[in-house]
Amino acid sequence: MAHMDVIGLSGIQFFGKMSASISHDLKNVLAVINENAGLLEDLCLMAGKGKLLDPGRLKRLAEDVKHQVRRGDRITTSMNDFAHSVDEASVSIDVSKVVELLVSLSERFVAMRGIVLEVGKPAGPVAITTFPFILLNLLWLCLGYAMSVVGPGKAIELLAEKTEEGAWFRFCKLENMETDAAPPFPAEREIALGQALHAQIFRDPAAREVKVLLAQRQGA
Amino acid sequence: MKVLLVDDEKELVTTLAERLNMRGVEAQWATSAEEALNRLQTESFDVAVLDVKMPKVDGLLLKKQVQERCPAMKFIFVTGHGSSLDFETGASEVGRDYYLVKPLKIEVLIAKIKEALQR
Repeated sequence: MAHMDVIGLSGIQFFGKMSASISHDLKNVLAVINENAGLLEDLCLMAGKGKLLDPGRLKRLAEDVKHQVRRGDRITTSMNDFAHSVDEASVSIDVSKVVELLVSLSERFVAMRGIVLEVGKPAGPVAITTFPFILLNLLWLCLGYAMSVVGPGKAIELLAEKTEEGAWFRFCKLENMETDAAPPFPAEREIALGQALHAQIFRDPAAREVKVLLAQRQGA
Repeated sequence: MKVLLVDDEKELVTTLAERLNMRGVEAQWATSAEEALNRLQTESFDVAVLDVKMPKVDGLLLKKQVQERCPAMKFIFVTGHGSSLDFETGASEVGRDYYLVKPLKIEVLIAKIKEALQR
């Protein structure tokens, strides 16, 4: 498959997977609000039949709804950031923001596998010039590889660090990198995305990590 | 009839249980497969309403584990996914009539619980 086709197909698949996950999360938010509204209706009906309304119960219901609204707001904010990650092929972005968005987008996938994602970000801003969507896609594939080699209940450490060249994204604490079940890494898609970003991808079983080095002044 | 609701969305499952109980359906809840299996060691249920997508052990696998212990129990699946692939996968497990997409309508859920008991 041609280089650009690999990037294009990978990007579409990534966009689709994230969109489906976001829609699933929003469905759950709506489902909880729906049940809270239903319970409120039930309580009103019972009040109409003479049962006293408990103000404390109503207050808890209102708090639950507000909690879901805040959750929905976080999800849609991430969705918006993700949607705008395709806007510009070369933009300056803080690596911590990239990590935060990746963590937000992958939260459900990580939880479904019973994996804990431990995140370490640089103390201050570290700007890199890159194509955010392709970088997110590459980091998502690295995380996918990391999830495939660690088992449920285990932790993956994601570290973003400033270097002289730009920034490292390191996926650490990876066990079983050299078993037969471990998929090849980096594979065709990771290599194509890395080339598009002028990024270097390293697999280091001895250190139990994979890492991506992104130079500071590279366009996509 | 006694129903076990299993969903990792705690606020959803507790509120749904409360609403079912108000309607005369004895409903209890668990927020994980592990919690559900523990509960089944001491209590029996007629119907289990399972979320398809749950951490560690999903609803489809939980159904198989529960069936080994409680072969007479009936199942209804609920999911936040509306994709045709997920629908077909889940529906093939219990039949499309017993596969519901969130948000739920409580009257529909109760009707499905009653239908499931007739199966």
